[in-house]
Amino acid sequence: MSAFLELTGITKKYGDTVVVDDVSIAIEKGETVCLLGPSGAGKSTVLRCINMLERIDNGRIVLDGEELGWRLHRGAMRELSGREEARQRQEIGMVFQSFNLFAHLTVLENVIEAPVGVLKRKKAEAIAEAHELLQQVGLDHKADAYPAQLSGGQQQRVAIARALAMHPKLMLFDEPTSALDPELVSDVLDAIKQLATTGITMVIVTHEIGFAREVSDRFVFMEAGRVVETGPSARLSVEAAENERTRGFLSKVL
Amino acid sequence: MSVHETDPALARHVPQRHVGRAVVAVVLVIALLWFVQGLAFNQALDWPTIFQYFFDFNVLAGLGRTLLITAVSIVVAVVLGALLATMRLSANPVLRALAWVYVWFFRSVPLLVLLVLTFNLSLLWPTIEIGIPFGGPTFVSMSTQDLINPLVAAIVTFSLQQAAYTSEVLRASIQSVPVGQREAAAALGMTGTRTMMRVVFPQAFRVALPPIANDTINLLKSTSLVAFIAVPDLMYSVQQIYSSNFRIIPLLIVATLWYMVVVSILSIGQYFVERKLRNSPVRAARIAATDDLDGLTAGGPLDAKKETAA
Ligand SMILES: Nc1ncnc2c1ncn2[C@@H]1O[C@H](COP(=O)(O)OP(=O)(O)OP(=O)(O)O)[C@@H](O)[C@H]1O
Ligand SMILES: [Mg+2]
Repeated sequence: MSAFLELTGITKKYGDTVVVDDVSIAIEKGETVCLLGPSGAGKSTVLRCINMLERIDNGRIVLDGEELGWRLHRGAMRELSGREEARQRQEIGMVFQSFNLFAHLTVLENVIEAPVGVLKRKKAEAIAEAHELLQQVGLDHKADAYPAQLSGGQQQRVAIARALAMHPKLMLFDEPTSALDPELVSDVLDAIKQLATTGITMVIVTHEIGFAREVSDRFVFMEAGRVVETGPSARLSVEAAENERTRGFLSKVL
Repeated sequence: MSVHETDPALARHVPQRHVGRAVVAVVLVIALLWFVQGLAFNQALDWPTIFQYFFDFNVLAGLGRTLLITAVSIVVAVVLGALLATMRLSANPVLRALAWVYVWFFRSVPLLVLLVLTFNLSLLWPTIEIGIPFGGPTFVSMSTQDLINPLVAAIVTFSLQQAAYTSEVLRASIQSVPVGQREAAAALGMTGTRTMMRVVFPQAFRVALPPIANDTINLLKSTSLVAFIAVPDLMYSVQQIYSSNFRIIPLLIVATLWYMVVVSILSIGQYFVERKLRNSPVRAARIAATDDLDGLTAGGPLDAKKETAA
C-alpha cells in the first residue's frame, strides 16, 4: 500500500550542510497536512523538493504512483528532462511566501497564463474559469488590476487562484501569510480553509498554530532537517504534544 | 531709530543678494549672444548654401542610408544580444564561454578598425562557404568580395558590435528580474523557454529600454564612420559635395543639423518611453519589493515572527 504523496528518506544538502535529513512523510489523498518547526528547520526546502525546485540528494518522492523528478529506465534511475519535470509540476500547485505574481500581467492574465500557455486550453474558457476562481477568493472586481496595485493579502489570494487554475492534484503553501500585515492574514487563511473543504490534498508550512489545528488533519513537526513528531492536529497543544521538543516549540509559539 | 529698526522681531527681512551669480549669468549670456551673432554673420557659414543643400537629393539619400544602417543594426543587436545574454546566463559552460569571448572581442576592437577589417574580409577569406566542415561537401559558395559591399560591411559591423553592448544591458536586465518570478513560472509547469519568453524577457525589456534607446542615439552618430569605407551615408554625401565645391563648413553644418534633428526626434521618443515605463506596474512592483527588503531589516515580518515566538 502506498500513500498519495510519499516522501521516503529524502535528503538535501547544500555543500556539506545537510538541510533536510532522511525525511519520510506519507500523505493520503484529500488530507491536509501542516508542516511546523522553528526557522531554519528545513520546511521550505521540503516543499521545494516536492516541487523539484530543489533536487534531492537522496530518497524518493512519489505522487499518485508517479516518481517525481526521476524515471526508472533500463535498470537505472534517470533524471527527467526539463520538459518532463515541467509536466509533473503542472499537477502541483505552489503558493509562495512572497506571492510572486507576474508583475507585468494583470490579475486575470496571471491566472490564465499557464492554463492557456501550458495546458493549451481555449482562452475564452480559461477566462470564464479565472473569473470563477477570482470570485471564490473575493477578488473578481480586481481582475484588471496589476499586482502592484493590490495589497499583500489580495496578491496572495490571486496567487492561490492562479495555482488552482491548473487543477493541481496537490497544493503546497509556504508560509502564505507570514509576509502579510496582521489584519490581512484572515482573508488568506479563510481562502485556504475553504479550499480544504473541497477535498484537495494540501501541505501547508505555517507558523499560525491555531489555523493549523483548525484546517489540517495532521501535523509534521520538523527541527534541524529531521521529522521530530507527527500526529493528528488536535494534538497541537503544549499539553497534548508527545515529543518534548514539539512541546517546547509550541509553548514558545502559542 | 524706530522700534522697527531695533527689534529683531519687527525689523524688515532682507534676503542675501547673490551678486556673483547675477554677474556670471550676465557675462555668459552676453558671450553666447556674441558667439551666435558671430556665427550668423560669418561669411564662411554661408546660410544660402546651407539652405540650398539641406534638402539636396544626395544629402537626403545619405540620410536615408544612415537611418537604414542604424535601424537594421539596432534590431539585429537586440535579437542577437538577447541570444548572447541567454547564453551568458545558461548552465552550459561552453555557451557561457562563447558568449563571453564574443562580448570581449567586439568590445576590445575599435569600431573603425572593425569596420575596415570587415570591409576587407575577402583578403582573409576569399570565399564564404556553407557546408559540412572538415572536408565535407559544400552546398553554397560565394565570393566574399561580392557579398560584402560597403553597405553590407557597415551593417554587419555595427550590428555585431552593438550586439555585444546590448547583450550586456540585457544580461543585467534579465538578472534584475526577481528569481521568484521564474520559480512561480516553473511551479505552474512552464518550461524554461516559455518562462524566458513569457515572464523574464517582457520584464527585462522594460528595464533595458532606456539604455537601449540611449545606445541607439550613440549608434546613429557612430555610423558617420562608414565614410571611411565609402558608404554614401549622410556624412560621406556631404563630403562628396564639398570636395567638388569646397564649401566645407556649410555642408558640414547641413550634416550637423540633420544629425541634430534625428537625435532630437529619438530623444523625444526616449522621453515618452521612459515616462510610460516610470508609471508601469513592473517598476512599481520593483519599488515595493525594495520596501519589503527594508521592512525585513527593521520591524518587518521577521521581527513580527519573533514577537509571536516570544
Ligand atoms: N540556497 C541555499 N544555500 C545554502 N543554504 C540554504 C539555502 N537555502 C536554504 N538554506 C539553509 O537551509 C536551512 C533550511 O532552510 P529552510 O528555508 O528550508 O528553513 P525553514 O524551515 O523554511 O525556515 P523558515 O521558517 O525561516 O522559513 C537553513 O539553515 C538555510 O540557511
Ligand atoms: Mg521557510
